[in-house]
Formats: sequence, structure tokens, C-alpha cells
Amino acid sequence: MTFEYAPAPESTAVVKLKPEYGLFINGKFVPAKDGKSFATINPSNEQHLAKVAYASEADVNKAVAAANEAYKKIWSKMPASERGKYLFRIARILQERAREFAVLESMDNGKPIRETRDVDIPLAAAHFFYHAGWADKLEHAGMGSNPKPHGVVGQIIPWNFPLLMLSWKIAPALATGNTVVLKPAETTPLTALLFAEVCQQAGLPAGVVNIVTGDGKTGSLIVNHKDIQKIAFTGSTAVGKGIARAIAGTKKAATLELGGKGANIVFEDAPIDETVEGIINGIFFNQGHVCCAGSRLLVQENIQEELLEKLKRRMALIRVGDPLDKNTDLGAINSAAQLAKIRELVDSGDAEGAERWSPACDLPAKGFWYPPTFFTGVTQANRIAREEIFGPVLSVISFRTPQEAIEKANNTPFGLSAGIWTDKGSRILWTAKHLKAGVIWANTFNKFDPASPFGGYKESGWGREGGRHGLAAYLKGVH
Amino acid sequence: MRIDVKKTYKLYIGGAFPRSESGRSYEVNNSKGVFIANPSQASRKDLRDAVVAARAAQAGWSGATAFNRAQILYRVAEIMEGRTSQFVDEIVALEGVTPAAAKKQVEEAIDLWVWYSGWCDKISTIYGATNPVSGSFYNFTTPEAMGVVGVFAPQKSSLLGLVQSLAPVLAAGNTAILVASEKFPLPAISLSEVLATSDIPGGVVNILTGITAELAPWMASHMDVDAIDASGLSATQEKEARLEGVENLKRIFAFKGDQTPQRVLAFMENKTVWHPIGI
Repeated sequence: MTFEYAPAPESTAVVKLKPEYGLFINGKFVPAKDGKSFATINPSNEQHLAKVAYASEADVNKAVAAANEAYKKIWSKMPASERGKYLFRIARILQERAREFAVLESMDNGKPIRETRDVDIPLAAAHFFYHAGWADKLEHAGMGSNPKPHGVVGQIIPWNFPLLMLSWKIAPALATGNTVVLKPAETTPLTALLFAEVCQQAGLPAGVVNIVTGDGKTGSLIVNHKDIQKIAFTGSTAVGKGIARAIAGTKKAATLELGGKGANIVFEDAPIDETVEGIINGIFFNQGHVCCAGSRLLVQENIQEELLEKLKRRMALIRVGDPLDKNTDLGAINSAAQLAKIRELVDSGDAEGAERWSPACDLPAKGFWYPPTFFTGVTQANRIAREEIFGPVLSVISFRTPQEAIEKANNTPFGLSAGIWTDKGSRILWTAKHLKAGVIWANTFNKFDPASPFGGYKESGWGREGGRHGLAAYLKGVH
Repeated sequence: MRIDVKKTYKLYIGGAFPRSESGRSYEVNNSKGVFIANPSQASRKDLRDAVVAARAAQAGWSGATAFNRAQILYRVAEIMEGRTSQFVDEIVALEGVTPAAAKKQVEEAIDLWVWYSGWCDKISTIYGATNPVSGSFYNFTTPEAMGVVGVFAPQKSSLLGLVQSLAPVLAAGNTAILVASEKFPLPAISLSEVLATSDIPGGVVNILTGITAELAPWMASHMDVDAIDASGLSATQEKEARLEGVENLKRIFAFKGDQTPQRVLAFMENKTVWHPIGI
């Protein structure tokens, strides 16, 4: 007999949504100058959540001016140890209000509460706590004896980990003495706006953090603003390249965290049950909306059949549905546009002759949903082996020798992440050495930590975030 | 009276000294405008051949032990020392400086090889890390070679400038395609003769002479070049290189005369590896 799960929904009472949110400029919420706004919805049921101000040129100018003023008059003059204390305060408030953030993030993004509660929000708080301690130790960071901030930093973040990406951007920028104009993604602005309240509660001086909501146009106003000294962007490789073009010939510095097509390599001696869990975590964590997802499964040919049988059995147990249900594993796709993109790439997989498999899976009628899926019979030339799908879709490719695994793993313009599954230590280190990827998980996957540098080779971007190495992104002339 | 035997200045690609496949050369004059040599004027095809050679040599050079690379770079300094007078003559002729100033430039260049040689097996110690992550994991970060780097040597300092650019790129474990100063290319070719006899494997350094403005766009748009030292490009050329380089997100940096490990790190990628700790 089977036991059904009873619904276990997390209460939304902890979240107090406002009907409308302004821009956070110079310490206050203000409406957009021309009064424009846009709606944000819950992607799991398409319900309207709130209206959000749309920042145009005048608003971006105002935000940059506020950041510039705050940099010159307050932030650059404050002793570093005092600067750090604000970050400690922010970390603490995020911890205190963690559940509220977790529920709101799940509502605005569609990701399971289990992940926002256990991953996104605790890591975001940890990121502030970690960087708080760097603020008064920068001269010991190996970045020269007198490291200097850029000034005003423009930051543009994606929708897949809204608050976590905000923390990856704002925490190191403030710790190193910069002030910030940040734009959250169009489909997930709400936790950034709630974060603005945290800045107020922390007593952060006005203008040190400014949050402007909008779309790609708002982003390009930030990128091209003359008083922005540095751009930090996380998002697609196409947009990242656009930013690189826009700043060519200027003095602006940039860090870019872009796409990936991570190879998760399984050798014949891998502990198979743990590996299956790692594959699941690698591609289905956060609906596969992860730039470092293990989206290419490279499996040694002689164990492929056994591994895929176990993977199918495990995938059939993935619970897809209400993101706020505490038993949910796979939540909603973040937007209709992203769902269309996933479908288009999956269709190309079908058309190019790969074989698709998904478990029987009831998807909710409303909202944007995609079942956990893998393709076998994938060739390296197929689009599903080359392009980032950014959804719960895995491409399975086999190999015979370790050398072949390396060739195939590195056969991509990306170079963000990779996984290695084997029982043999020397093979892990050999494989890690030959992979062209910035983050390598051996016998684990999708682990993140503020102390651990993150970022990619090749077209996965420029620079690192997190750890000592991530500080270089916000200090002048260091690598 | 004896007629001197003059040197034919050729390119250095894959450990060999070919002329440009284009059959072109260009005239180089001394500081007084008197003809001294017809070095090769490298073409797009020469540059592409050099990239192929550099890529082929990449795994071997970056895979060599750091100690081994350090010894080889030190060997470059040793061999250069013995050729000091040749470099002095070339610098005096091209730059029009005094023999004493030229000698100082050569000595500084030699000492710079020694300095960067020492970084080969220390850069990871100083700039790598073990990261104390929350959880039962061992986590470490090591800088490693970026790959194939295009180097535009500074235009005005014919020997020291190019060593300032080339040595850190090699110390990082990269292979290089160096484009010599357009007007002062001769020390670069003499340096290639040093490299060829210094245990630097063929293809690790490839040296092209020619017209910077002609070669820069081909280097910048080449999809198998990972990074560029743009020190020898004008501001306009650098901007154009950045625009061309976007296609594969080349890492492009320009430097003044800095002697710093940051020049090594600029051409390295940090790799972070996680592994669970358990019984």
C-alpha cells in the first residue's frame, strides 16, 4: 500500500503584501517620476501579488545621484569597522525575519518553501555576516596594502535566487566600501523591496543602497550611467555580452556571472545511490533554474543502464506542486516566457532525435509547470547538449574513458560548474584538474557558501563572487 | 675590411623561425631614420598558426610542475645575460638611448624574468585558499592558467616592456602569442632566439612582428584566444579589441610598467573544488 501525503502548506500570514511598492531611493520609498508601474504575479497560480514602480531614466539618475552622494559624504568616510557593523545588523535582521522572506520568495518566484527556508534565506543572511567581517580587514586580503573601492556600483540580478543574488551583490560591495544601485529581476522584485525595509531597520545611511525596479531598459540605464564605476551582473550570457559591449572603451569595471551547461560526470565506481541523489539535486534543485546546474549527465557507458533505472525510480518520487507545501520538491517555472523557452528547447531535443522521458506527473492546471525530464540518445551537437535550458531537463551522454569524459565535459563555450562522482580520490583530483570550470563538486552538487568563491571560465563570465577571491570584484585594479 | 653578416629577422611560431606566409616584410629604421632591417610583416594566417601552436602547447606547459616552469623561466634569464651586448646594440639603434641606458633596460628585463620565475611555484600558495564552508566539506580554491593569451607588447620599451608583459603570462602557466612593438621589433626576435634555447617548449611563446593595427582585430576576434594583454594597443585599438573580444568574453587587461603578482593573477582562473568529509 502507499501512503499519501497530507497537504502541509506554509502559512502566508507572515507576509504583509502592500498593494503597491515604490522605488527605494536615498533611504525612502518613492513612486516612479512618471508614475509607471508593473505587476508581479505568483507563477504557481498566476495570482496578482502587487504593483511595483517602473524606474525610467529620471529615477535611475536620482538613484545614482543618491548613491554618489552617500559614497562621497558618508560611506567612504566612515571607519571600516563601523561600516562592517551595518552589515552585521543586516545579517541579524534577515535571520529574524527569515520566515517572512522565505514565504514571500516562494510566492514571488515559485520555488519550494523547503528551498527558500533552508537554502536561499539562510545563505543570504550568512553572506552578509561573512562579508561584515571583511570590512575592516581588507588590507589583509591579499589585494594590496591600500585597497580602494570603485565608488558607485550598478548591480543587476536574476530571478532564480532573488534575495540570495541580492546578498551576493550587495554584501561584498558594501563591505569593500562601495555604494549600490541594484535592480532586481522584473518577475521577482518583492524580496529586494522587503530588503529595503531591512536597510531602514538597520539604520543604514540613506543612499548607500538604492533599489530600482524595472526591466531590461532600466538595467541598461544603470549600465550606461556615467557615474556608475562598476557593473556586477548575473544573468544570461547574451545580456552579459551586451553589457561587455556597452562598457568597452569606458573605465567601468565589470563582473559577469553568466550561463552554464555543467557536466555531472559519473564514473563506473561511483556510489550509485548517492550519485542518483546528486544528479537529482544537480538538475532539479530550484526547477533547474540554476546557472551552475548539472544539466549534462556524463555517465560511464557500462553503468548507464543501471543508473538510469535508479534515476527513473527516484524521479517518479519527486513531488511537483504547490511551492508553499513543505513536502514539495519541484515548484513552478518562474514565468510564462521561461516555460516557453524550456518547451522550445525540449521540442528541439525531440526533433533532433533524442529520446525524452518523464515520470507520470500531475501538473497543476493554473500557473507555469514543467515535469522533471531527461533525454537519452543525446549527441554533443544537439541543442539540448549545448544550450542552457534553465529548467528541469537533463541531457544524458555516455563516455568510455576518463579522457573522453574530460573532452566531452569541456566541449562547451561555458565553464561554470561540473560534478564528479567516483570512489577514487586520485581520480577526483585528476578530473578536477582537467575540467575547465570554476566550481567543481566532487561527490556532491549545488553546494554554496559565502566563504567559497563562485564563478566561471570562458563564456560563463568574468570574476568570482564569495570568499576572499570575490572581494577583488569590488576593489580597484586587483584580480 | 670585413662585411658583417646581417641577421634575417623572422617570426617565431611553434618553436620554428618561419618568414610570414604572406611573403611580406616591412622596413625598420634606427632612431636616426637609417634602414636597419626588414622584419616579417605577420598576416592573419600567421597569427592563426601561432594560436594553433599556442593551444597545442597549452596542456604541456600548464601541466608541467610549477618548479619546472620556474626553472625554465630562470633559464631564460641565464641565456639573456650572455646576450646582453646584442640586446644593448638593438635598443641603442632603435630607441636612440645611450648604451648605459640600454644596458640598464636589459638588466632590468633579465631581473624581471628571475622575479617572475620565482612566482611560478608560489602564486597558488599565496593566492589560493582553503575555504571554511559551513558543513562537512573540504573546499579549496586554486588559481590556474587561463589558457592562450595574446600579448601586445608596449610600443615604446622594446625589451623591458615586452618582458613585463610576457613573463607574468608565462609564469601563470599560459601559452602566448606576442605581437612585438611595431617600430622596435628587433629585441623581440632576439628574445625568441633566447627562448628557443632556454628549454621553453616550442609553441609556448610565439612571436609575431608586423603592424599592430592589422593584427589586433584578428587576435581580438579569435575564438581560441582566452585573454589579451592590451598594453601595446592605443586606446582606440583597445576599445575595438574589447568589442571584438566580447564574442568569447575574452579577459582583456592593459598595464603600465607594474611589477606585481596581480599581473600573473590577471591571467589565471580560480577553480574551487568541494568534497564531503566523512568516514
